[in-house]
Amino acid sequence: MTAPEISPIVLLFASIFTSNILLANFLGMCSFISISKDIKSSNGLGLAVILVLTLTSVLNWAVYHFILSPLHLEYLRFIVFIMVIAAVVQVLEMVIDRVSPALYMALGIFLPLITVNCAILGVTLFVEIRSYSFIQTLVYGLGSGVGWWLAILALAAIRKKVDNAPVPAGLKGPGITLIIIGLMAMGFLGFSGMLNVQ
Amino acid sequence: MLTVLLPAVYAAAVIGGISVVLALMLSVVDRIMNNYGEVKININQGQKDLQVKGGSPLLSTLAEQKIYLPSACGGKGTCGTCKCKVTSDIGPHLPTESPLLTTAEMKENIRLACQVKVKSNLSIEIPEALFNIKEFKTTVDSIVDVTHDIKEVYLKLDNPFSISFKAGQYAQLVIPPYDKIKNENQRAYSFLSTPQETGRVGFLIRLVPGGIATSYVHQYLNKGDSFRIIAPVGDFFLRETDAIMLCVAGGSGMAPLHSILFDMVNKGNTNREVWYFFGAVTKSDLFYVEKFRELEKKWPGFHFVPALSEPKPEDKWTGETGLITEVLDRYILKLGADREKEGYLCGSPGMINACVNVMKKHKVKEEKIYYDKFA
Repeated sequence: MTAPEISPIVLLFASIFTSNILLANFLGMCSFISISKDIKSSNGLGLAVILVLTLTSVLNWAVYHFILSPLHLEYLRFIVFIMVIAAVVQVLEMVIDRVSPALYMALGIFLPLITVNCAILGVTLFVEIRSYSFIQTLVYGLGSGVGWWLAILALAAIRKKVDNAPVPAGLKGPGITLIIIGLMAMGFLGFSGMLNVQ
Repeated sequence: MLTVLLPAVYAAAVIGGISVVLALMLSVVDRIMNNYGEVKININQGQKDLQVKGGSPLLSTLAEQKIYLPSACGGKGTCGTCKCKVTSDIGPHLPTESPLLTTAEMKENIRLACQVKVKSNLSIEIPEALFNIKEFKTTVDSIVDVTHDIKEVYLKLDNPFSISFKAGQYAQLVIPPYDKIKNENQRAYSFLSTPQETGRVGFLIRLVPGGIATSYVHQYLNKGDSFRIIAPVGDFFLRETDAIMLCVAGGSGMAPLHSILFDMVNKGNTNREVWYFFGAVTKSDLFYVEKFRELEKKWPGFHFVPALSEPKPEDKWTGETGLITEVLDRYILKLGADREKEGYLCGSPGMINACVNVMKKHKVKEEKIYYDKFA
């Protein structure tokens, strides 16, 4: 299959806004809900997601196009993609620990948690289904990461405000958060149709 | 047949190849990134200076230098016993440390040695007593079944050939790799024997399905085998007061209380009133009953109260029935509220928490309740 004809610029904005990985595709929800209690942690996790997402989508693209596809082993993609993601996160953890202990502390437990963030595998699989080119993959991975980061920051900010609001007891915590996410997703729905991703 | 298998073999080979490449990449990065060279560890302001290789957790780095911090879970970050004060600045507490430390401990720079990595020169402070913790080479002297799932294991000390510990303390048993377990593991077990027994130490080991140490002892360990222990560790021991002792144990929780009580007998310290509640499910889970009945005759203030939670009809049980907490509740009421009491508990976390609640309900002060939780 040939790559779709989408300009990388369009794809970048599409992946950040119109098909935001969190609010349009609903991937990476668990950490989105649990970490967004606190803006600082959200920022740390968001930055880690950008880094890991960009790296793994590009690496998995290479693995798919240079190893799995030529060998006709496309059906192994799930297990191979997950292995690559896990290894990349491990390597990143070691490198960051050495190069920047401060950043390592800031990311803390979030970096290893990203291994099981479904947004990461989701982007890799979207890339494969839509048969993006290398540049498109790079831009889409980066854009999805930035989109994820913006979404969690926005949610964390809203939750900070909601903390002071008279929320009914039964809705406190995850309950009201899910409602907020729903409203945010409806807001993002307004972007739909403006830009295409495939 | 071959044509059917071929694609599977092919796929397995590719997956294997990719795994090998990834593993190689990881170990190369680990080699380069985790190499911190030689670093110095200063213990208790110059009492001891160590020259060590950086890059590993503090706990295992110290253990390599024969300094053994207590660690019931073997460095997995779940038990919180390997606490140690790090006076050099090594950054904020890790998310894996904070659940096991109190706010006061965090302010004092107490860290979990198993989570802190040695990357630069460190100054640490550890209790003096930890220098006494040594590794002992032993030989299995006897293994006896005391119930259907608990073995009494006695080890003969070979080198060093004697040990001094406080009754109630525990040892780390070093479980060598066996079967599918590829790494050496350590698990904490309380001494069953008394400090007066020279040259050998005893333990009670209950079979927990899937447990690393328990399966090893129950299935692989034989008389005459060599075995290593690291001891003595722990702060569960007798407090010298006149308060009534309320001892509660279940299963292999018998061990430290057995050691404490017979240590008191050996020292002639039998003036205190002691109530020993021992919980079991059926009669087949009870052991040492005769031994403690004998003790009751010699020690007027000592009372042994075994209780079965679900006695079988064939047990013909006439003793106390019910959960150990219910039995404890009934007896404390009889003892009177105004007399001072101390709690000594050993067993599962669930049992201990429940018993602490019962004791607190009857005005036993929380700081007077000592326990040894199975981690």
